Amino acid sequence: MSALKIERGASSHSAYDLRDYHAAGEERHTLAVIVDNEAGVLARVIGLFSGRGYNIDSLTVAEVDHTGHTSRITLVTRGTPAVIEQIKAQLSRIIPVHEVHDLTVEGASVERELGLFKVAGTGEKRVEALRISDIFRANVVDSTLESFVFEITGTPEKLDAFAELMRPLGLAEVARTGVAALSRGR
Amino acid sequence: MSRSMTGARMVVEALRDQGVDTVFGYPGGAVLPIYDEIFQQNDIKHILVRHEQGAVHMAEGYARSTGKPGVVLVTSGPGATNAVTGLTDALMDSIPLVVLTGQVPTFMIGTDGFQEADTVGITRPCTKHNWLVNDTDSLAETLHRAFHVATSGRPGPVLIDIPKDVQFATGTYVGPKQIAPPRYQPPRKGDTAAITRLVELMETAERPVFYTGGGVINSGPAASQLLTELVDATGFPVTSTLMGLGAYPASGKNWLGMLGMHGLYEANMAMHGCDLMINLGARFDDRITGRVADFSPGSVKAHVDIDPSSINKVIRVDVPIVGDVGHVLEDLLKIWKARGRKTSPALQQWWAQIEQWRARNCLAYKRSDKLIKPQHALERLEALTAGRDRYITTEVGQHQMWAAQFLHFEGPNRWMTSGGLGTMGYGLPASIGVQVAHPEALVINVAGDASWLMNMQEMGTAVQFRAPVKQFILNNERLGMVRQWQQLLHGERYSQSWSESLPDFVKLAEAFGCKGRQVHEPGDLDDAIREMIDSDCPFILDVLVEKHENCFPMIPSGKPHNEMLLGDEIAADDIGTAIKSDGAVLV
Ligand SMILES: Cc1ncc(C[n+]2csc(CCOP(=O)(O)OP(=O)(O)O)c2C)c(N)n1
Ligand SMILES: [Mg+2]
Repeated sequence: MSALKIERGASSHSAYDLRDYHAAGEERHTLAVIVDNEAGVLARVIGLFSGRGYNIDSLTVAEVDHTGHTSRITLVTRGTPAVIEQIKAQLSRIIPVHEVHDLTVEGASVERELGLFKVAGTGEKRVEALRISDIFRANVVDSTLESFVFEITGTPEKLDAFAELMRPLGLAEVARTGVAALSRGR
Repeated sequence: MSRSMTGARMVVEALRDQGVDTVFGYPGGAVLPIYDEIFQQNDIKHILVRHEQGAVHMAEGYARSTGKPGVVLVTSGPGATNAVTGLTDALMDSIPLVVLTGQVPTFMIGTDGFQEADTVGITRPCTKHNWLVNDTDSLAETLHRAFHVATSGRPGPVLIDIPKDVQFATGTYVGPKQIAPPRYQPPRKGDTAAITRLVELMETAERPVFYTGGGVINSGPAASQLLTELVDATGFPVTSTLMGLGAYPASGKNWLGMLGMHGLYEANMAMHGCDLMINLGARFDDRITGRVADFSPGSVKAHVDIDPSSINKVIRVDVPIVGDVGHVLEDLLKIWKARGRKTSPALQQWWAQIEQWRARNCLAYKRSDKLIKPQHALERLEALTAGRDRYITTEVGQHQMWAAQFLHFEGPNRWMTSGGLGTMGYGLPASIGVQVAHPEALVINVAGDASWLMNMQEMGTAVQFRAPVKQFILNNERLGMVRQWQQLLHGERYSQSWSESLPDFVKLAEAFGCKGRQVHEPGDLDDAIREMIDSDCPFILDVLVEKHENCFPMIPSGKPHNEMLLGDEIAADDIGTAIKSDGAVLV
């Protein structure tokens, strides 16, 4: 799923591999990282993950405060609790990083992702695709006689489920934005 | 005061405002405007190096011996890429550096212009932070921020890439006090509750040990003093990493010597057997911990570090304290005193145990009256320079470890060695940087034959700038440390680990315009060392030593502290089986 995923085995016998030391199971965490919107800041964050062998499942970034020039990076990562702690500490060390929030542990949060799905087909399959898209409350944003482009916003799991159902019905192409997330409440 | 000036002049102005007296550098097309400004002033001295890597190591030597940031100026492309090893070295060892690189003009960036390199891209992972400055108006502020970032919190190297058109253009200069306070303000004070928790543990600990690191030195001389006061007042034993030597004086009665892979038996055994480990500004490096799963199994661990990411990175600790070591030590002492200066009576037994380990005399080696033993050479160097305010740098290898074992440091900032990166070629330029900062001091680079060659061109710099650095080469005609590992781990197959065709170091000294001497008789050693020390010009002393001496004690990779190899325990014929194959994959 992630181009940056570095397989573990590579250095697992080295003194430098710290990963399976207090190893508990891996957890999935969603982090919100508030950064100065300056050149190279995304490269710093991504470089940290590739350089230290951490996983990135999903990453989104956009400027969220135009006057303060800050961007929000939403990052979904996996690791043992110790690795997750390291990731947060290492992110906080990057000079243009203002805040690091672990939405997975800091109370309830909502996660959304937008996906575009092109489904090509005719006849019964085409009808079935349209019927399922209705159940998923997908929007049809493009249509030809032989294809649809559906748009869905939802949790990553919902998008996965939709893709799964569309596959036998002629799923041709998928584009997903990655996760955006916010904590609930005030 | 804001004034209008060119970007090139701003560079010199900002350096002056930051109190910089020395820049180590090498010119080229993309920094010519800045060199033109350097030419037209006298406040800042420029040391012309022979290779940009040398400039960075010199700046490191300067920084570590003064506590001030080192400053480097190099050109774009190859100038910048040559600086990369030094930057990585400084990042690993937390040395504050400000490195300025020239860049092709902004309108040519991305065109593969002559001597263009993506310098900020290349150096992003080997700097604490870096900047590409796109307009002259933001240059002064960036320069001041760079000094702030390099020296605040955990120090480190920063780099500013300055395109040539930005140097030529005119903009507004602002002084360091005119810029908005930087957002980056790492906390210095530790949490009082956590410090009090540590004091409580210290009051009842029966087998405590202080494990100190480079953080104590980086915190400034006051931290070393506070450490000494705390150690002496509590009566706890203290050991240090390679980077922290000198923070507690080696003549202090509680000193155990260095710990780690080639550390002293008593230091490592104390770490293994302690019930309270107090880590002050060290980072549980793998050279220190050995096998992590068996690291000091019975101890409660406290860790004081200014960098939160160091805490729980390798070893889970019980009492984490984020803060500047000096500040934390001050609070720690205050609280411990206020609560009645309590320690456990069991300390006496702990010391009795330590004395037994000490009696093992782990640095013992087979003496010789025919050959100079490297350990003996260092013992004589120590004896003949002790009592002088002496600065030591080293290269990387066996000689480095022997220097750490056999030379004694009484104060901070007197010992500069490449620890985290282990950079051969560090010592000679570093010694020049130290000498430039302390023109009257005795500065000695303890070198290996192979390492020394890696940056030997810098002898030209030493001669040009009359830096009378002493090059004490322990010449075993081997890549000694590599050879030792091959002997221990690879069936004595000495693949590419000997130095063939070594130069005649005495002639080399002459060729550079300084003095040299070779010594191979143990009887001539003292005289040779004296001649080196007394030389008022750079001096190379080529000490021909025993070629196949091994550096012990040694904790083989992947072994716990209590399974260290001691030199006199291993018979020559089973040395090749002393380390099991599962340890061989480790570095
Ligand atoms: C730049 C660099 N390349 C390779 C190494 C690996 N290495 C570590 S010690 C060593 C041998 C050093 O030989 P020498 O300087 O003669 O010191 P000795 O061990 O003989 O005292 C080598 C090759 C290194 N540390 N740095
Ligand atoms: Mg050698």
